[in-house]
Amino acid sequence: MHADAFDRYYAAESPLHRLDPRVKVLVTVAFILSNALLPDGAWAAFGLGWIFLLLANSASNLGVDFTFRRSFIALPFMLVAVSAIFAPSGQPLAQWTVGGIDLVPTDTGLIRFGSILLRTWLSVQAGILLVAVTQFPDLIHAFEHLRVPAVLTTIIAFLYRYLFVLTDEVLRLLRARDSRSAALPGQKSGRSVFWRAKIAGHMAGQLFLRSYERSDRIYNAMLSRGYTGQMRTLRAHLMRRHDWLVLTASILALLFLQLIGRIG
Amino acid sequence: MHYTPAPLHIPDGFLNLVVSLIFWTLTGLAVGIAISKTNKALGEKQVPLMGIMAAFIFAAQMLNFPVAGGTSGHFLGGALAAIVLGPWAGILVMTAVISVQALLFQDGGLLVMGANIFNMGILTAMIGFGLYRIVSGSANKTIKLAVAGGAAWLATVAAALLTSLQLWLSGTSSLQVVIPAMLSVHILIGIGEALITVAALAFIMQARPDLLEAEKVAKKGGRGWIMAGVLVSLIAVLLSPLASGDPDGLERVAEDIGFLQFGQSAPYTILPDYTIPFLGETPLSTIIAGIIGALVVLGVMVVIGGMLKKQNA
Repeated sequence: MHADAFDRYYAAESPLHRLDPRVKVLVTVAFILSNALLPDGAWAAFGLGWIFLLLANSASNLGVDFTFRRSFIALPFMLVAVSAIFAPSGQPLAQWTVGGIDLVPTDTGLIRFGSILLRTWLSVQAGILLVAVTQFPDLIHAFEHLRVPAVLTTIIAFLYRYLFVLTDEVLRLLRARDSRSAALPGQKSGRSVFWRAKIAGHMAGQLFLRSYERSDRIYNAMLSRGYTGQMRTLRAHLMRRHDWLVLTASILALLFLQLIGRIG
Repeated sequence: MHYTPAPLHIPDGFLNLVVSLIFWTLTGLAVGIAISKTNKALGEKQVPLMGIMAAFIFAAQMLNFPVAGGTSGHFLGGALAAIVLGPWAGILVMTAVISVQALLFQDGGLLVMGANIFNMGILTAMIGFGLYRIVSGSANKTIKLAVAGGAAWLATVAAALLTSLQLWLSGTSSLQVVIPAMLSVHILIGIGEALITVAALAFIMQARPDLLEAEKVAKKGGRGWIMAGVLVSLIAVLLSPLASGDPDGLERVAEDIGFLQFGQSAPYTILPDYTIPFLGETPLSTIIAGIIGALVVLGVMVVIGGMLKKQNA
């Protein structure tokens, strides 16, 4: 299996790619925070936020519609927010009776639902862009710079590094199960659901033990190659003046956005 | 490529800032304590172990088993991680898994990660380890497996309940809609989680019993976890029936359309309408019925655990 199967990084030469990863993380988080702080119905501010996102997209040289095309993954969760349309406060807009239930959409409810939709849609795109222009090891290093405890970042680094190894194990287990699961065409194979769950559970237990024992070997291998508890990287990640400028400009832009959102 | 089995990962924009902040604080505290506890107890060697265990949980979520009609059940892993690795390491492992899911796959938001980690990592550790710790010293494998299974199921349901409450408190969903929707789905998903947890635990108990020795488990977490686990479990059991007081969605629809009378009564009613016959329709009655129901599920788990043990022997 390719080591980059879980990678979300799109390599390109662009100002956004070259930006210090700390700045990228901070601006992404600030953008999502700014969306969350905007009041319901601040359409102008949400629109400006979208323009900010489009500018970031074009600065990444991956296409202005890069995140737009990938942004619909959060859609299924939207169903959870649909009931916000029928919030009790505000002017009722209509009265529907669906299967015996009275549904009264209100104007505040609709505004609220639309705002939730926009916030999620914009935030998801910001996240997609962040991992598209920042390599994962650089991302972890940025978190270390931003004072996330080293234990957590090291665990995440190990997770990323060994996920592919363990995924290969999972594929082997699945293949072994398939090759032992004869099925006649048109007939259901296997026994009850309980039996199938038991097999899956045994596979999980098997995977656990293989991982557990592997971790011992991995630790010894790292020790013998000079591991002292820190993950080292060749990239020093020094903040240049350009990085500070981009960070300041972005924060100012988001503050301006907040202003527009509140006076509109 | 990766898809979550249980839609418990809340995206950004669904929780308001106050709720997010509250849970960031709780999660931050718990993770901070977990880091210092694991530092003290485990040492440097265990960081690679926890990292690989996190990769294990991530990879194990890809193990599926066909349930019915094209759907398949999956595995979340919070309870298993807490039982096998101890609660503090389990919390760190699930934190890592949830962060990577949020960062790489946008499965769950960045600002609401505090709430997601609390629901799927900390709550599951409390219930999973807390309840298991009660019986970890027992020599009876069946009881241990049964409690682990029940704890895994309850952890899933409790996580769904807390997610619903967070969504309601943020004004995103109405309580009447979100609680029945979330709970009904996760009561079923929790059964799959329990089955896989029990089977995986049975396997580990047979292959490497030393990993689950009573003293080892006791060292990883003290009796405080039992209290926390039992308390949280009771709250989850008590809160669920109280939270959606209105008639069930389907019943309501049936009432209004008028086909309610077509439904056949069950040939026998043990706990009619979730009440104890002599207590009538009071909240106390519903709560006791709920506890009885939970005990029945636990009993089913004991039987399944017994069947699994016999086949493993």
